Amino acid sequence: MAIESKTISLEVPVHGESPLKQMLGIIARDPLSLLSTVIIILFILMAIFAYQIAPYPEEGAGKTHATNTMLVPSQEHWLGTDRFGRDVLSRVIVGSRSALIVPIGVVVFAILIGAPLGAIAGYNGGWIDEVIMRVTDLFLAFPFLLLAMAITAALGRGLNHAALAMIISWWPWYTRLVRGVTISLKQRAFVEAARAVGVRDSVIILRHILPNIISPILVQATVDLGTVILAMGGLAFIGLGTQPPKPDWGLMISDGRSYILKQWWLSTFPGLAIFIVVLAFNLIGDTLRDIFDPRQYQ
Amino acid sequence: MRKLEFLIRRLLTSFLVLIGVSIITFALARIVPSNPAALYIGPRARPEDIERVSRELGLDKPITVQYIRYMKDVLHGDLGNSIATKRPVRQEISGRFPATLELLFTAMLLAVVIGVPLGVISAQWQGKWVDVIVRTSSIFGVSMPAFWLGLLVQIIFFRSLGWLPLSGRVDSDLRFTNPIEIITNFYLLDTILTHNWIAFKDVALHLVLPAFTLAAYPIGLIARMTRAAMIEVMGQDYIRSARAYGLPNRLIIYALALKNAIGPTLTVIGLTVAYSLTGAFFVEVIYNWPGLGLFTVHSLLNIDYPAIMGITLFGATGYIFINLIVDILQAWIDPRISLN
Amino acid sequence: MTMPLLQVQHLHMEFKTSRGTLRALNDVTFDVQPGEIFGIVGETGCGKTVTGLSILGLLPQSATITQGRILFDGNDLLKYSSKEMRKVRGAQIAMIFQDPTTSLNPVFTLGKQLSWVIREHFGISEKEARLRISQMFESVGLPDVERIMRSYPHQLSGGMQQRVMIALALACQPKLLIADEPTTSLDVTIQAQILALLKELCNRFGISIILITHNLGVIAKTCDRLAVLYAGRVVESGPTRDVFKNPQHPYTNGLMRAIPKPSRHGERMEVIPGTVPLNSGDVVGCAFAPRCKFTMERCRQETPTLEAVGYDHYAACFLREENRVG
Repeated sequence: MAIESKTISLEVPVHGESPLKQMLGIIARDPLSLLSTVIIILFILMAIFAYQIAPYPEEGAGKTHATNTMLVPSQEHWLGTDRFGRDVLSRVIVGSRSALIVPIGVVVFAILIGAPLGAIAGYNGGWIDEVIMRVTDLFLAFPFLLLAMAITAALGRGLNHAALAMIISWWPWYTRLVRGVTISLKQRAFVEAARAVGVRDSVIILRHILPNIISPILVQATVDLGTVILAMGGLAFIGLGTQPPKPDWGLMISDGRSYILKQWWLSTFPGLAIFIVVLAFNLIGDTLRDIFDPRQYQ
Repeated sequence: MRKLEFLIRRLLTSFLVLIGVSIITFALARIVPSNPAALYIGPRARPEDIERVSRELGLDKPITVQYIRYMKDVLHGDLGNSIATKRPVRQEISGRFPATLELLFTAMLLAVVIGVPLGVISAQWQGKWVDVIVRTSSIFGVSMPAFWLGLLVQIIFFRSLGWLPLSGRVDSDLRFTNPIEIITNFYLLDTILTHNWIAFKDVALHLVLPAFTLAAYPIGLIARMTRAAMIEVMGQDYIRSARAYGLPNRLIIYALALKNAIGPTLTVIGLTVAYSLTGAFFVEVIYNWPGLGLFTVHSLLNIDYPAIMGITLFGATGYIFINLIVDILQAWIDPRISLN
Repeated sequence: MTMPLLQVQHLHMEFKTSRGTLRALNDVTFDVQPGEIFGIVGETGCGKTVTGLSILGLLPQSATITQGRILFDGNDLLKYSSKEMRKVRGAQIAMIFQDPTTSLNPVFTLGKQLSWVIREHFGISEKEARLRISQMFESVGLPDVERIMRSYPHQLSGGMQQRVMIALALACQPKLLIADEPTTSLDVTIQAQILALLKELCNRFGISIILITHNLGVIAKTCDRLAVLYAGRVVESGPTRDVFKNPQHPYTNGLMRAIPKPSRHGERMEVIPGTVPLNSGDVVGCAFAPRCKFTMERCRQETPTLEAVGYDHYAACFLREENRVG
């Protein structure tokens, strides 16, 4: 009897709706995910137009203001000022560039490196698969943040190096995921049929495999973004990421740490920003994962 | 004996991975932009000193020779000397690690003891308000940066309520009134063993905030994973047939289904331990916890490359070891695993 | 006739799905006599399994029984609390499922799984339970009791696993055993063995068995009486011999033609074209009309009800009536 099944097969979109459309549909039907999406879009817009929105753009970028130090939140400075007299709100706004946009870039680059490798490994099998997967295993053998920390330290601290280190330690996850999806697709009838009648590999990959890889990657990327934002915040927090006087949420939490008992606003607001953004990504990820679960391929 | 074969194969792969890990770690130290010898001597190094130290450290030899030499030392337990403290890295790690381990262990214990039941209850009442609360709070838990949560609870429990100490592992006065006799270097254990109850209470109180801060993420993750695994298991045929035989719900959920569901949960617990090791570094910074974390952060910021290599290798080894244990446990729980 | 062991009367059941309500059972009525094997037959999706699950009170949460009674020994099971129902399951009515490989818990030894069930219902010691288990194993033809008790399900063949399932189901000496496609996932020789075993147990212990299957051939060999289910309705029921000799519903006829016969080797097996409508709630008229060779105008407007066509033989079809009139 048709007892409704909760899991929609990932292969469904092949000849139906595009995976992106399907995901947007799922998000649109869940109020919490919809709210989260709106929040994330607002934060991204805030990052793009940071210098137009910030009430004190120069302070956001690092200009000090010796007479205004440690002001409590007020009408002029909604989130107060720090020990250099800089407006905390402006710094939170400008800081979103390194704390939110850079992690998004990290995930994008990790996918660009990891996904093709995974597709090659899964599609070809044999020694190519063996080599790629063993290298992947090596990277995954490290606790990933520890590897990212060590690479950043070796390259020299700074936002760019931290981002590079994150990409280096994060791409293997997508290799593993995409390889799993590719292998399961390769065994599917439509791919086998295409191979049997001599369709070129490149055509098969572009027409049959790629469209079906997109949704698991997008779901996984959404789930991962929260983690990557937290990790990059952590790198900034211990001083390996963004360097002062530039703002970054993690760095601001660290700066405010010595003053939390009196000037609580210094750490609280940038932390709240991280929390809200990560929460939003996790809420969307949770909903998407309920519908199609990329883990089934690992 | 399939089990034995599985175990041997698993040990062998772990060993190979360890070798790979050591190569990556070694390569890391070689991409340090400045000259390690110069770093080793310090800012006022003269060229001839640098050359001498280079020779001493074997930096003039081909890279493969350097690696083999490094591995030989590592296998003899020599991780080199820290540039910052000039003491052997191994000593630095082994002296500080117990404090980290005590924190990590307490946090993981909390995570399992709280996370697994929450996940089970949530699955049992799927869709009901209990489930909604557990799901929401577990998503909150995994979304909270530890380095921020730590500060928040300090504000609440130290500044506002005054219930718990701000930071550190023990009260500094304790050194004079009730000194802790070090046996295992796990203070909780040491104070119990020596019946030093006043110190025990102090140690426990100091542990509460850091342990909970560190446990927040694992609790959320484990609860989510347990819930998902339980829901999947509860839909299986064998659970339906258990019901058809009239077994009580309690037995079905807590004895049957939980054992089926524990596999995926174990994997997550293993992953979480690794995540929490780095998480512990942040927590240690926030709470001035005298463990490996503070030392690591210092080493990272000062490019103390022997220390960084040592810690990375140590962390990766620990992680590989934990994964090995998880796999063995899983094979032990699920008799089908050793077959493939 | 004696008092039936089980009477299912006018059972209506629905599923709530994201696309609205789905009517799964529509006025299902049949009874099972003590000590007989009763067959329920129909294609996939016609409501066989949910009928079995309804009797045991194991329907998924999305399902509701809207009407009807299920009388077991004269008591309406639908009025039982979940606690009372649990006492019925296993001890009074047991069920075995299609795929023994997924119906036994993979991470516990078979001995453990059996002793749980036995101890739950009899409250006896581990040792006594073991004794009873070994008796059970012998009666289902499992050799080497000790070894099997120590085994995990995946270490046994499918046929052995199904025997264990049957042993489990019989462990508490139920009066009724519901066997849902017990042989479908097994290969042919094992199928025959399992059917023979069921028959033997029925004779030896005097239990009643409901045999749910899509294969009319299995019914012919095993059952005393049967009901044919189509789109959640009983379309024909009666003693096996009568139904086979004189099928009154075109659907029964179609199913009979679909039985592979060794004597007609090489001939094409007939199939009934079309599929079972998923939601019998939507159907106006006879649900089989779109696939029936003899569809009349009336079949599309009225729903036929079960009428007696012989002694204890019922069918829901206008054909006979029309023939009589015409």
